[in-house]
Amino acid sequence: MKFLVATILTAILAFITGLLSFSPWWGFAITSLIVAVLVHQKAGKAFLAGFTGVFLLWAGLAWWIDMNNNGVLSVKIANVLPLGGNTIYLIIVTGVVGGLVAGMAAMCGSFLRSTKSRS
Amino acid sequence: MRIVPFIITTVVTTALVFALNKQWGTIPPMGKFLHPQYGFWQNAEPSSQSFDANLIFADIKGKADVYFDDRLVPHVFAENDEDLYFIQGYLHAKFRLFQMDLQTKAAEGRASEIAGPKAINYDREQRRLGMKYAAENAMKEIDKDPASKLLFDAYTKGVNAYIGTLKESNLPLEYKLLNFKPEKWTNLRTALLLKMMAKMLSSGTESDLAYTNAKSVFIPDELKKMYPQVPDSLMPIIPKGTAFEKPGIMPIAPLSADSIYINNNEIVTAKEISKPDINNGSNNWVVAGSKTQSGAPILSNDPHLELSLPSIWYEMQLQTPTSNTYGVSLPGSPFVIIGFNDSIAWGVTNSQRDVKDYYQIKFRDDKTKEEYWFDSAWKKSELRIETINVKGGSTVFDTVAYTVFGPVMFDKSFSDTLKGGRSLAVRWTAHDPSNEGMTFYKLNRAKNYDDYTEAIKTFESPGQNFVFASKAGDIAIWQQGKFPARWDRQGLFVMPGEDSSYMWQGFIPQVENPHSKNPERGYLQSANQRPVDSTYPYFIPGSYITERGVTIEKYLSGMNNITPADMMKLQNNYFNTLAEDAKPILLQFLREADLNAAEKKYLDIFKSWDLMATPDSKGQTVYQCWYDQLEIGIWKDDLSKTKPMSPWPNEETTMEWLKRDTAFKFIDDINTPQIETLYDIVTTALKNASAELAKKESEGKLEWTKFKNPTVYHLLKDALPAFARKGLNIGGNNNIINAVTHSHGPSWRMVVQLSSPTEAYGVYPGGQSGNPGSKYYDDYIDKWVEGKYNKLWFMRDGDRMDKNIKWTMKFNKG
Repeated sequence: MKFLVATILTAILAFITGLLSFSPWWGFAITSLIVAVLVHQKAGKAFLAGFTGVFLLWAGLAWWIDMNNNGVLSVKIANVLPLGGNTIYLIIVTGVVGGLVAGMAAMCGSFLRSTKSRS
Repeated sequence: MRIVPFIITTVVTTALVFALNKQWGTIPPMGKFLHPQYGFWQNAEPSSQSFDANLIFADIKGKADVYFDDRLVPHVFAENDEDLYFIQGYLHAKFRLFQMDLQTKAAEGRASEIAGPKAINYDREQRRLGMKYAAENAMKEIDKDPASKLLFDAYTKGVNAYIGTLKESNLPLEYKLLNFKPEKWTNLRTALLLKMMAKMLSSGTESDLAYTNAKSVFIPDELKKMYPQVPDSLMPIIPKGTAFEKPGIMPIAPLSADSIYINNNEIVTAKEISKPDINNGSNNWVVAGSKTQSGAPILSNDPHLELSLPSIWYEMQLQTPTSNTYGVSLPGSPFVIIGFNDSIAWGVTNSQRDVKDYYQIKFRDDKTKEEYWFDSAWKKSELRIETINVKGGSTVFDTVAYTVFGPVMFDKSFSDTLKGGRSLAVRWTAHDPSNEGMTFYKLNRAKNYDDYTEAIKTFESPGQNFVFASKAGDIAIWQQGKFPARWDRQGLFVMPGEDSSYMWQGFIPQVENPHSKNPERGYLQSANQRPVDSTYPYFIPGSYITERGVTIEKYLSGMNNITPADMMKLQNNYFNTLAEDAKPILLQFLREADLNAAEKKYLDIFKSWDLMATPDSKGQTVYQCWYDQLEIGIWKDDLSKTKPMSPWPNEETTMEWLKRDTAFKFIDDINTPQIETLYDIVTTALKNASAELAKKESEGKLEWTKFKNPTVYHLLKDALPAFARKGLNIGGNNNIINAVTHSHGPSWRMVVQLSSPTEAYGVYPGGQSGNPGSKYYDDYIDKWVEGKYNKLWFMRDGDRMDKNIKWTMKFNKG
């Protein structure tokens, strides 16, 4: 349950930072950390929740945008980046990059809240 | 808190964000770039994107509406000129900001700020050619006339109004890829854009440096034959037999011309780095009502330029209560450049005239360049220190000396630093103050022939052939520009610059510029050929192209009851005039017995060729390879006597020479002991061509379109091959009416019949949106390839509820 709450909260707050014009692109790293502090889990789980939340958000948004665009741009970008023109890879790479940042930030949050050493 | 793991993960996270926020070489900051709410995904325009908007700006004076049709062409309805050009600026920026920004930065010599150290020499050359100096001089002229300044100001405000709305997320894609930000627009940048056009069209039309080298080994008589002023096959713009007025100015050659100029055999080692493409030409023609089915004149124009995505052109209609104009505009400049209004239509081709000369400068000290020898004294030069900022490198400073002639483009520090070449100042008409924009402002509003001549007479650079037709039934053409009056061979070669005796003595009076109005024969045409026959009383060198004019003349002279569809067909014509002349000579002088089976096969393809450079033509490919090899066989040995090499004679020069004299001296290969004949050269040429053809055939590239691979590149060319359209199925060549080469060709095709109502058609190889993520990025290309056109909708006030309108953008005063 905790995991699901953390994942959803991470995704929602990350989405909101993306709407705020004053927020830098990495604003979701801060919110992902805060979520991990509020909804405390072990470091590994926190990472996974952060990663999943933003992976799903970014890949989902990218997929939605791409569908509405009929893939006009994604094919071009997937050739600029060395992905052989494969749109699916591009969407996955997008999700992984966002997920990694969020997951790492969530790990920080988890360690920030931890009181005693756990293995 | 677990301090150690917390610190470690925090450091790792921060490092990760930092790494994703930084540009690595050509890789953009990946975090920002991939973020679906900031990065490139935001540029993926939904296919159902609406362009409706309600916009409020303090600089808008009245109320204005922009109606977009289904091709995303804006029809702007404003109450006054200021609002009209404000909106034009806004729309240019909204759809084409990156190209405006990039092109003007490149014009100013600031490409290194974007591209890094590899562009330093390009930037130095732009500055040494005085591109910014030229734009500043144009600005002074604009500022002198408050009425024109108002228009340029309004345009600039419009561009900046759009830039002001930009956030990180809606920056054009290229800024995200290259990681930089757009810069504010200024009137100077508009002037720079027009100077970029001037460079493109009037800076590559001379070969003074290369001719200077040719002069060191060839005698004057040879030079005159290798690089003739008037080709035999010429079909001039001004119909043959037109009488010219007595010249208003008679330039006199200095007494020393033979001894220190013509017979000076010193070579130049400096070389231009970004010499404009010789193929920058165009076709335009107009037929009078006497030759058309409707009885109304029809005007056609297709400017040939480097093809790019986004296109150099942006289509639009501009209307106020006192004017109504449709056509293509240049993003970066107000006005319609090629188009029509309710009364007239106009088009342009390049004059190809030589308006740029070099003078040799003697500095007192080559290092400081502070003084140079002029009229028997040391004269102070004006030094401009150019500061070139370089992305990922240290700032470069370059001192450019300005003399009475103009900037010293080449000296010991540029471009030939190895041999430390001569110091050469450049005299170029584009440096002189003038306001070309106003010509277009007036043309947009011209109602008749008199308005047209009034509009164009102040147009100085680059020299253009303005073709004209009116609803009143007039047709006309003027070759308009500011052209120096030269004595024989003045400025063909580098000139002595130690005194004023070799300077231009004046300019050809404007009224004596070649022109023709309503000729008996009922048509006029220009296709970059020499404008006049040898009876014109001035020496007018240039980089003329003869063949297309011959072909157009051949067709137009025989046509009657012409319809717009006929003119569209002619713009897409593939007939190869030069090959028609070459074919019998090639076959006559070929030793067929010396050919092997493979070579015979290509010969058979050539023999059965219909002289059409269609996309699937194999004959065109064989012909082109054979003719290229023939030229190499005849000329390469002779031209290589100088280093750098002397310029190649025009292909029609070679052809005409062969028609006159099949045993001329250059046929012999001077590198062999025996004397070659035309038989040897023609046969060897086919053998060499066959080797190349066999290789191409094995790659499946024998068909002409596969051989030349027509491509429309993105402006950043090889840096973004994924944004290009390659392998387009289109034929033609630079000497053919449909002048498509590998990446160059008809950048806009337009046909306008001046009937009531006006019937107009147009197409360009691109799309209205500069955004590679939009379906409007390249949506005209297929039509253009197939030779099809869009019907141009000349919208009326009463059409505001028309079903053609897809979106409306409202501009209000705020």
